[in-house]
Amino acid sequence: MRVFVESVGLLGPGLVGWPDSRPVLVGIVPYLARELVLVAPDVLPVVERRRTGLPVKLALNTGLDALARSGRRPDTLASVFTSSGADGTVNHQICETLASAQRDVSPTRFHNSVHNAPAGYWSIALRSRARSTSLCCFDWSFAAGLLEAGAYCVSEGEPVLLISYDLPYPEPMHAVRPITGTLGAALLLAPSATTDSFAMLDVQTDRGGRAATHMVDPGLEALRVGNPTGRALPLLQALAGPNATTLVLDYLHDSVVTLMVSPC
Amino acid sequence: MKPLTLSAFTLTSSLGVGLRAHLDALRAGHSGLTRCAFESAQIDTWIGQVPDERLAPVTGTGAGSDCRNNRLAQLALAQDGFQGAVARARERYAAQRIGVFIGTSTSGLLHTELAYRHRDVRTGALPEGFNYAETHNCFSLGRFVQAQLGLNGPAVVVSTACSSSAKVFGSAARMIAAGLCDAAVVGGTDSLCLTTLYGFASLELLSKTPCRPFDSERNGISIGEGAGFALLELARPQEPRGTVQLLGVGESSDAHHMSAPHPEGAGARAAMQQALSSAGMTACDVDYVNLHGTATRSNDAAEDKAVYDLFGTNPACSSTKGATGHLLGASGIAEAVICALALREQFMPGSPHTQLLDPNLRVRYLLNTGAQAPRRVMSNSFGFGGSNCVLLFGLAH
Repeated sequence: MRVFVESVGLLGPGLVGWPDSRPVLVGIVPYLARELVLVAPDVLPVVERRRTGLPVKLALNTGLDALARSGRRPDTLASVFTSSGADGTVNHQICETLASAQRDVSPTRFHNSVHNAPAGYWSIALRSRARSTSLCCFDWSFAAGLLEAGAYCVSEGEPVLLISYDLPYPEPMHAVRPITGTLGAALLLAPSATTDSFAMLDVQTDRGGRAATHMVDPGLEALRVGNPTGRALPLLQALAGPNATTLVLDYLHDSVVTLMVSPC
Repeated sequence: MKPLTLSAFTLTSSLGVGLRAHLDALRAGHSGLTRCAFESAQIDTWIGQVPDERLAPVTGTGAGSDCRNNRLAQLALAQDGFQGAVARARERYAAQRIGVFIGTSTSGLLHTELAYRHRDVRTGALPEGFNYAETHNCFSLGRFVQAQLGLNGPAVVVSTACSSSAKVFGSAARMIAAGLCDAAVVGGTDSLCLTTLYGFASLELLSKTPCRPFDSERNGISIGEGAGFALLELARPQEPRGTVQLLGVGESSDAHHMSAPHPEGAGARAAMQQALSSAGMTACDVDYVNLHGTATRSNDAAEDKAVYDLFGTNPACSSTKGATGHLLGASGIAEAVICALALREQFMPGSPHTQLLDPNLRVRYLLNTGAQAPRRVMSNSFGFGGSNCVLLFGLAH
């Protein structure tokens, strides 16, 4: 399966937007993990802005970072959202409420608890009626999202925006599902080469046996293994540099996704 | 799109276990709804519950995934020769060439809700042995289905609230078209939990009576649970008579509100239109529409407008949620299977509990099950976040 990368978005600890993150990923600027500060984007109506939690802010800002360097119309652009746990904080708060004597679940918390909440807010913010899906594939959610987005591109002949995001649960969930850092990665993919596309991506699934590509920097490697969206970092590193690269992402228990990245 | 054959399919809900039970109940106009006595819920509402005694624990190597949601999936997978059909497909295509695309909204969340009642008093920790990956995480269902069926091709869980297990048909069709797999198991499972019961109660969307889609007195939903699955393969030129095929898929976003539908049903209409065009068909080709029909005031009004604007009174329409309840993340597959049954067994399902049709709604609504044989049927699924998905099914020529 072959797709073309038109734009990238990236937000994480010490990774504030794709333009500033590129020199960090290729090793020109040292990586320093600073806490990511997130605000609700202005494209959301004020009333919705107040209702959004951190996952929505993360997913939307990551997608907007990719759109900032794209000429694509956001209101007709299809989207694929992928995350292992979506809003773990809201989930935790609801479970606490349900374990208490007063089971007054907040209606806003309830509608924010659905896995596709960021996709809903995205469509409201960008007035987009375009197709959108929201996926979960545990630690392999980024690879699964890339396959879904790639298949969409190839079979529908249309561009698509992939937004992957993951952030930590509060305790006690953190102890049973530790996630490191707050990280979002977005790729704007097109079915054919355009004036905006800067890399060609050949994607295939293979049976296991090959180790996933690592990050050399220990801080970035910690993010790669600690956050499901971090599994995208080797691909983002390849996209940040000038060279053709082949790399491997973990996918399910016994498979891998092999990616050939060719600048174009 | 290229038509896909439903080589096998199955459904378990409060209406019964397996296809035979559903066919009999739908023909007779029965409902599976009962007054809510689920777990410790103190809510005056009706639900579509699969009896606890039917939900055997998951044992053996999969014991770590034991929770209500996976028990329900396990029960459904064991019906209608589904596992045998997948085993035969595995021989034809190889296990790594069959994808698994499954929908759920809450996965094994009930398991976590119960664990929160047993946290360590001192540390707040969850009980020893709590298995997040195999019960709580949405993908636990995808992993469970893959393991049960011995498949190791591409797999993912779609979680877009009440459109989840309709959208899996779109994902499967695209993955097959892109060559990432040759066949696919699609489906979904959602099980009763306190988050959805108390959550919908907080939105004042639960009916105190069995839900009455399109009734002038309708006043909310009845939550249900269930699991359904289908095996999809590229259609061959000579399919046996009565073979059901997926002909079209339409997907759209409302871009309106997180928990209320667009009042004019604009997103719903766009999805229906797209399903028709992906099948190369027009509105007059559809004989029956299985409505999303949740029985809230706003859903039914918006959906009626969208369907009427596109189809007029040509197709017969009904919602089967008075029979099964609203299966949330499993409603897409449940109603897809009901549509497949309607095509294969030549009937159109009616709408138990709906008595007096709302005179302000204009679609041609079927109160009682009819013996008309549909050739092409549409199934609507709309969810929170304004996520819409429409499936179009027909009989092979």
